[in-house]
Amino acid sequence: MLKVEEPFVLVTPSYSDGEGRGAVHKQVIRFLNDADNRAQLRGVIASGNRNFGQYYAWAGKVIASKCQVPVLYRFEMAGTDTDVDRIQHGMKEFWKRQS
Amino acid sequence: MTIHQPITAVPRAVNWNRLQDDKDLEIWNRLTANFWLPEKVPLSNDIQSWATLTAQEQQLTIRVFTGLTLLDTIQNTVGAPALMPDAITPHEEAVLTNIAFMEAVHARSYSSVFSTLCQTADVDEAFRWSSEDPNLQAKSRLILQEYNATSSPLKKKIASVFLESFLFYSGFYLPMHWSSRAKLTNTADLIRLIIRDEAVHGYYIGYKFQRAQEALSEAERQELKDFAFGLMFDLYEIECHYTESLYDEVGLTEDVKHFLHYNANKALMNLGYEALFPDEACQVNPAILAALSPNADENHDFFSGSGSSYVIGKAVATEDDDWDF
Repeated sequence: MLKVEEPFVLVTPSYSDGEGRGAVHKQVIRFLNDADNRAQLRGVIASGNRNFGQYYAWAGKVIASKCQVPVLYRFEMAGTDTDVDRIQHGMKEFWKRQS
Repeated sequence: MTIHQPITAVPRAVNWNRLQDDKDLEIWNRLTANFWLPEKVPLSNDIQSWATLTAQEQQLTIRVFTGLTLLDTIQNTVGAPALMPDAITPHEEAVLTNIAFMEAVHARSYSSVFSTLCQTADVDEAFRWSSEDPNLQAKSRLILQEYNATSSPLKKKIASVFLESFLFYSGFYLPMHWSSRAKLTNTADLIRLIIRDEAVHGYYIGYKFQRAQEALSEAERQELKDFAFGLMFDLYEIECHYTESLYDEVGLTEDVKHFLHYNANKALMNLGYEALFPDEACQVNPAILAALSPNADENHDFFSGSGSSYVIGKAVATEDDDWDF
């Protein structure tokens, strides 16, 4: 089992069905069921597809709610250059505020 | 006495408890959970709204929907079945039969819209138009060429992903546009069900494409990539003409083209390729994005810079059995 021992932001895909069920991948659930891992989680970035309507990148919301951390960003599929820029910039600012 | 008969190959019985690829069961479960029929959507609530469209707007809408019907018909009767002989697991074949059937449901849905909202003569005229429109016929032919039995399994998959993740969107734009103007909102609900299905189809076939590609040499992968981008360019050129011929008269062509670029990039991403169109060309009208994923943007996310505070989700549906905290 993967163990994370410093603060981290989780980047995860989303796999929900038409009603939001099953959005968080089993492997991610197993990882977050570990209390030590969860204690280091600071935020979540979720990828998804707007074709899923209101459940776009739903895994981000589910994890944010379960673990009481913010959704920092969402992007579609593999992301665009703009997404990459925003995440790089955003992460820098985010860790500055955390420290 | 022995009776001699020609040997017929009997397929292996499909055992869903012995998977070669877990993705097959995952997608089977998604697709079956997402199953729907047009009767579920109260289309008759759009009758009054339909009457507020001009004759020109009505004709455009019916034509767009017959164009979509044609693509769904191709995918139902030719596209998905053409992928079956290339399936590498029996479960993949089963998933493809589901995909094929849902394409028939999609094609059937447009006729439900027609019978609820439109005059038979207008619909008949549009079906005649769809069988004659040069752009619609040209893009159909390009795809069908690749579905030919002699085409390579991977090129068939590329064509299939381009149909499901790119070609539909010149049509899907219009019900999203009406929905953003609070028109034909029930029809838009039905179209969103189709859009959701197409995302799973494009993802799954793109996934199978990427898996199959792993066995190829670098040179073979490059040849396929050149083919894919070449086909995308050819389809894009036709889509531009198609879009202009339909949307010029209502002044929406440029808006539709942004949506085409955005979806072309997503189709390429399904195949594991990089984007073709730069971000500036993919700035989809926010009203269309909001119609595509209603309520998804009610909270701003932090890095976009548009919101002032973090979002911590409220209660959401989860599979609580899986979470042990």
